[in-house]
Parts: sequence; structure tokens; C-alpha cells
Amino acid sequence: MKNKVLLLSILIMTSLSFSFTGDGVGIGDEAADFSLKNVDGKTVSLKDYKKAKGFIVVFTCNTCPFSVMYEQRIIDLHNKYASKGMPVIAINPNDKIKSPGDSFDKMVDLAKEKNYPFPYLYDETQTTTKAYGATNTPHVYVLKKTKKGNVVQYIGAIDNNAKSSEGVSKRYVEDAVDAVLNGDKVKETKTKAIGCTIKWAAS
Amino acid sequence: MKKNVTLLLLFLTIGICSAQQVEVIKYDQLKSLMHAPNGKVKVINFWATWCAPCIKEMPQFVALQEKAGAELEIILISLDFAEKVDKVSHFVERKGLKSKVYLLDETDYNTWIDKVDKNWSGAIPATIFVGKSGKNQLLHEGEFEENGLNVALNNFIKTIN
Repeated sequence: MKNKVLLLSILIMTSLSFSFTGDGVGIGDEAADFSLKNVDGKTVSLKDYKKAKGFIVVFTCNTCPFSVMYEQRIIDLHNKYASKGMPVIAINPNDKIKSPGDSFDKMVDLAKEKNYPFPYLYDETQTTTKAYGATNTPHVYVLKKTKKGNVVQYIGAIDNNAKSSEGVSKRYVEDAVDAVLNGDKVKETKTKAIGCTIKWAAS
Repeated sequence: MKKNVTLLLLFLTIGICSAQQVEVIKYDQLKSLMHAPNGKVKVINFWATWCAPCIKEMPQFVALQEKAGAELEIILISLDFAEKVDKVSHFVERKGLKSKVYLLDETDYNTWIDKVDKNWSGAIPATIFVGKSGKNQLLHEGEFEENGLNVALNNFIKTIN
């Protein structure tokens, strides 16, 4: 009997942990570091940023119209917060066969054209995207650097008006980053927005 | 001559009437559409003219509409911006879409995505199946593979019966 209970609890625990891995990280979880190729050909990891207080990790791409609408706002976020210790790290999660416009070469072109002040990394194996649980573009993860690692503080949209930055009344990412910098708790930790699906490689 | 003009006018009117007007709606109207207990299984597809995978899977919805009986209703919800309604209407006309098409004019996305379906991230395409009672619902997020819509619909009908 005791054995059965033990077996059952092991089964339940394994199934729970599996479902958690499938869904990526949640608020308060440690976000895994990565080692991904930047548009300048160099590899970038979070651990390279010795003085950072945290990160604005943005899963975005070249081709999604919603990513395009947010290009300037992502640049603005970096320009506002990088000097305060919270740089933007952009990651393209899309498979280049499913979405040829999101190939590494096209990323290099866009980064040059827009003069991206932040790294624009290619998650070619999609391992990091899966680990984070990103589902659409653009999809933001605000991380706070702590002794135990980079802890997720916010997951979701940049703001509440994709169409026009003038029409924005809620700046979700800015509010979250300000809270992290001020040592406050992030009030709105999760939001959703319409966006493009991530183009997963054929399995 | 007079007769010809009348005839021409008549044809023009018929032509205009047969092209579907895409109605711009708000969330409350979407909610009513999704959950009306009208004795029909509903297939609700969220798409946009700018969304490549949405356009790619559209023929599956067209084919399903062709064979849909009285107990199946296909509703296409465009998430294009409201000022692009003409673009959506042109698309509907060009593709000869027979399903009812609406444009959901709600751009403060975080206020309603969870209400449509808690499991939906907001990525499109997304399709929701709703049972005849207007209650049971199942989300499919992402593009359907070939014949995937039929398979998913049949599975849904099996599970709710």
C-alpha cells in the first residue's frame, strides 16, 4: 500500500514537472542562460553582462507585422534602460525554412537597416524559445538578476496598443522594468496580446 | 432602353448584395456569436489579412463550409485593424468566402484574450470549437496541417457527444 502511494506520488510529480517544462518558465522562476549567435557573428550570453541588474528579453523577428510595428518601441526601451542596467536582448525564434524572411542573413540586414543598438540573436535550434515558453512575436520576458540567477518578473506584451504608440495607456514592460530598478514588486506580471505564432521547425 | 437600364440596375443590386459586407464588432458581440445555443457546432477562426499562416490554412475553412450542413457554423473573425475593413472585404470577395466574416475592433488585447479562451496566448491563427449548447469549447492554437481542421473537428464532436 505504502509503495503504491509512493509510486502514485512519483507519477503525479513527474507528470507535473513535465507539464511545467512544456509551458516554459513562470513568474518567479529562474530563466536559463543561453549562448546564441548575434548579428555581428559573436556569441552572446546573459552572463557576459557583469554589471546588468536585469534584462528585457524580447522574442521578435523580421517578418511578423506586429514585430515591425514594435521595432522602434523596442529600440526606445533599450535606449531608455540599457544605461540603467536593463538592456534589451532580442531573440529571433523562427525557423528559417518555415519563414525564409527570418534567416540569419535577413536578421543581419534588418539590424543594419534599423541600426539596432542591442544584440539580435538567432535561436536556430529553438531550444531557448522552448525553455522560456515563448508562443508569439513580439513576446517579452523581464528578468531580474539575483544571486540565484535571472528571475522572471514579467511575461507578455510591450504595451496595450500595437497600432500606435500615441494610443498607449498601459506600458507593461516599462512599468515592470521601473519596478525592478526601484526594488518594488511588479504589479501586472502577465499580459497577452495578438501576435504571430512562432514558426516551429518541422519535427 | 428603359427596360435595359432597369435590368442593369437589378443586376448591379444583386451583385452588390451577394458580396458580403464585413461587419465590425466589439467583444460583447463576439461573445454572443461564440456562445449562442443555436443547435450548431461552431468553428471560430481568428485570422488577419497580414497573417501568412492564416491565409495558408484558409482553404480548409472554405472546404469545410462547402460541406457544412445545418448543424455546423463557421465564423471567421478578422483581427485586422478597423480602418482596414475594406481590405478584409476585398479579400473575402476575392476568395469567395461564404462563411460569415466579422472584424473584431478591440485593440486593448489583454482585456479580452483570456475571456475568449484562457489557454490562448493571442498568437494567430487560432481556432475555437464550441458545442451546440454554446458551452463546451476547445482551442487549437497555430496553423492546421493538411486536413488538420477536419481531424480536430471530428475529435471535438466525438468528445462532446
